[in-house]
Amino acid sequence: MKLAIIAGPPSAGKTALVKQIVSKLHNQIRIAFLKIDVVKAYEDIELEAEFGILTKKIYSGDLCPDHAGVMVLGDAIEWAFANNTDLFIVESAGLCLRCSPYLNQGLGIIVLSSISGIHAPEKMGAMVSLADVAVVTKIDLVSQAEREVLIQKIREIHPQVTLLETNALQGTSLQRLYDLIRNSQDISQDNLCLKGNPPLGTCTICVGKKEIGWRNHFGVVKKLDGNIADCLYRGE
Amino acid sequence: MITELTILPGFNKSGLKEDFDELTLQAGETISIVGPTGSGKTAFITDIELLAQGDTATKRQIRINREVPSDAIRYNPALKPIAMITQNTKCFADLSTEEFLQIHARARGIHGKNIIGETIDLANIFTGEKIHRNDKVTTLSGGQTRSLLIADAILIGAAPIVLLDEIENAGIFKQEVLELIHGVGKIIIFVTHDPVIALHTEKRLIMENGAVKKVITQNDLELYAARNLVELDKRIGLIREELRAGNIITRELLNLNLA
Repeated sequence: MKLAIIAGPPSAGKTALVKQIVSKLHNQIRIAFLKIDVVKAYEDIELEAEFGILTKKIYSGDLCPDHAGVMVLGDAIEWAFANNTDLFIVESAGLCLRCSPYLNQGLGIIVLSSISGIHAPEKMGAMVSLADVAVVTKIDLVSQAEREVLIQKIREIHPQVTLLETNALQGTSLQRLYDLIRNSQDISQDNLCLKGNPPLGTCTICVGKKEIGWRNHFGVVKKLDGNIADCLYRGE
Repeated sequence: MITELTILPGFNKSGLKEDFDELTLQAGETISIVGPTGSGKTAFITDIELLAQGDTATKRQIRINREVPSDAIRYNPALKPIAMITQNTKCFADLSTEEFLQIHARARGIHGKNIIGETIDLANIFTGEKIHRNDKVTTLSGGQTRSLLIADAILIGAAPIVLLDEIENAGIFKQEVLELIHGVGKIIIFVTHDPVIALHTEKRLIMENGAVKKVITQNDLELYAARNLVELDKRIGLIREELRAGNIITRELLNLNLA
């Protein structure tokens, strides 16, 4: 089974890209799709109705969506294997920029809009720097020069990434992406883990304590001045 | 060296194959794409810009010197032989004009010492409102943005194939642009509604319903008409500049320009 994990901020064109991939490949291979979102998502319903593929979604609710993704991905991959899937596509919620949802196997794809701003790739941290493929969308909305400026920015952050430009609504120039997915290595269920480092452990904020100021918390705390490590709670 | 650009037929909006076997342009040739709005003019030059290989909505394929362009040429801006000026008159990048051009020069592998200054100077020939290097590209007017992108395409894009999408829009001095890019051995393709530009190119491609309908070669009478039209257009241009400067039409101006 091939695995493609798709990340990127809201409205970048992740779902439009997934639709192009599914529309191109669903007659040749068996595709399953998982959407991870926080409050509301319709992608699973739309994809099932339009292409008749296997879909699932989970809402993270009060949980961090990346955390939720890590929690359910093990079961989800088992589910995809059990249904004889050839290609499993996971679309992340794309919210917090601390983590990246990519695994040590399969393809990690970041979707970035041409109009998201020139500094967006830098601000998105691991979501960009750990991706295998970067797809720049909405290219019909900006000039060639501006597209090339954005691509240069991404290349300077991540020189090894495979860069693609598309108008995802029309599926322009995506042949290379289809080939990359087709030729990617099959994943094995053993030894699957996150590519990036998760954030530092839980603390009292994570479990819901609302008081402000480091004195009211334990776990990972930070004062206005000084390093995090200096006041890290180390137990009694 | 790029000597030939070949376009292989795709399909029109009704799914029918285009009625030509192939269309080849030689270095130094100019061509204009004309036809009503929605007839597929921009899609045609976008196919060229993306070096389409049957993977765009039209399914056209592009060959350079009769060969399928390599992935490196398709995806690396530094190797891309095509500069396109789109209809966009807006930049979203939160950068100064200088930074914008610097990054683009890096992307295109252009290292000229004073390339940024030269590009801004050239842009200022095309527009009446001066662009300064510290101006944010997001705050440039439509005409300034257009002028900057044209200058950028000529000096930083520095490509043997230039695609221009309706340069007559957005208040720039098109005569200057026309003069500058003509006769430099490039393949130049204009999408246009402007008769001066359309009659000035050696070939005209007529678009309809997403497909190339026919190709017309410029005849001698048209070349003559084009020269007259340029004169007329210059006079209209002068009147336009007078009005933009807040002047009124005087009898003198009328005799000078519309006689």
